[in-house]
Amino acid sequence: MAVDALKCKECGTKYPLEALFVCDQCFGPLEVEYDFSNIDVEEAKRTIQTGPQSIWRYSEFLPFTERPKSRLATGLSPLIHAPRLGEYLGGLKNVYVKNEASNPTHSFKDRVVSVAMAKAQELGYEVIACASTGNLANAVAAHAAAAGLDSYVFIPTDLEEQKILATGVYGTELVGVKGNYDDVNRLCTELSAEYDWAFVNINMRPYYSEGSKTLAYEAIEQLGWKVPDRIVSPIASGSLFTKLYKGFNEWIDLGLAEGTTPTFHGAQATGCNPVADAFEDGRDFCKPVKPDTIAKSLAIGNPADGPYALDVARSTGGSIEQVTDDEIRYGIKLLAHTTGVFTETAGGVTVASLKKIAERGEIDPDETVVVYVTGEGLKTLDAARGTFEKYEIEPTVDAFNEFVPTPVTA
Amino acid sequence: MAVTVKIPAQLRPVVDNNATVSVETGGTVSEVLDALYGQFPDLKDRISENGELRRFVNVYVADEDIRFADGLETAVADGAEVTILPAVAGGC
Repeated sequence: MAVDALKCKECGTKYPLEALFVCDQCFGPLEVEYDFSNIDVEEAKRTIQTGPQSIWRYSEFLPFTERPKSRLATGLSPLIHAPRLGEYLGGLKNVYVKNEASNPTHSFKDRVVSVAMAKAQELGYEVIACASTGNLANAVAAHAAAAGLDSYVFIPTDLEEQKILATGVYGTELVGVKGNYDDVNRLCTELSAEYDWAFVNINMRPYYSEGSKTLAYEAIEQLGWKVPDRIVSPIASGSLFTKLYKGFNEWIDLGLAEGTTPTFHGAQATGCNPVADAFEDGRDFCKPVKPDTIAKSLAIGNPADGPYALDVARSTGGSIEQVTDDEIRYGIKLLAHTTGVFTETAGGVTVASLKKIAERGEIDPDETVVVYVTGEGLKTLDAARGTFEKYEIEPTVDAFNEFVPTPVTA
Repeated sequence: MAVTVKIPAQLRPVVDNNATVSVETGGTVSEVLDALYGQFPDLKDRISENGELRRFVNVYVADEDIRFADGLETAVADGAEVTILPAVAGGC
């Protein structure tokens, strides 16, 4: 296995593979470093193809010395060819939707939690915790239940009811914090210094975030070991976005994937747009904002990986888009109408952003575009309310004929 | 005038392993930090660079991020609590 050390992304100081997340010297984020120099590309491919039907098929590229096991198999979500969506967007032939709703708790968070939990167990932790905007809460509660570990989940009190119910049901200690996500996050950062727990997105963050790389690996494998030309991904803290970049480039550099670094587009809601604003203003830092958007899973006003997300968008010739709540609702509807995939608000942000990019004429019709739809529509039902018409009729044929329009072709 | 500064775990070794430090000054965040650097010289380079806070350091006065107020010039009232925390946490 290739995992080597933790290394500060700012100053390069190296640390052992322990529950550390911040550089003592400069407060920069720590990231997992690998030494892939001994990897045989053909053998690595075979190991993946004969590996488990989960993210653990990629364990050679994750921070472990042995392939972990988990009771809730995560990953290998479908990559759906979306010709009707492509047609709507002006004749794009190769748009693919990576539908993360198929994971055990219906979002991409199962990936990061699987990796963080496996590492936490390896390091001997008995309590798992997180600060969450909802999806992470679901995943931590479920995976902790499956593993038989105690868990504490901290959420803002105003989360969608579906996300609160889909967390509490697993028997976690669910703590609603009176404040927004950034307040929850600050509290958990303080608590992580007081309690010897594995906070998946704080002291386990360098490992946790590596789980997102599997979304790049899977897209490559599902495209026949080819790199897409362009990707669109939501941005909250910027962690997923930057780890997709890392994942694609690791496999390109090793020769495991055919192609060059994709053009990276990030997607934010106008009601929580610190990274998109910095992109538009040409800044290399983000000014924190107080979120006010229906895309609550992306409502991080103080994005930890914002500066790196800006670097990725700029260096790949991409962009960071922002879309209004109405555009988000339309994005959800557009995806549902053209692909049969019902996404939560974050996916609405992503699809609405794709629409903007396509409308600017930036996408060649033959390009391969992967759109990361990170979560399930059933978790944010309010966003679908009032977006369609429903007929209520007496149970008679006459009533049907009177009130319900029949298809033109009938 | 006294201000309490909460120190994150990563910085406690350079402030004699204290979780909080009391500073006998006030006025602005900048003045509080200068007083702190006076007591603990090793702290300065850890969290600041060229007179500015490093980009992955968050400072709060009475639980509000100083970037929502006046940055280093944010007023610190007598008895207020200043919190220093790593910015790299959380997220999706």
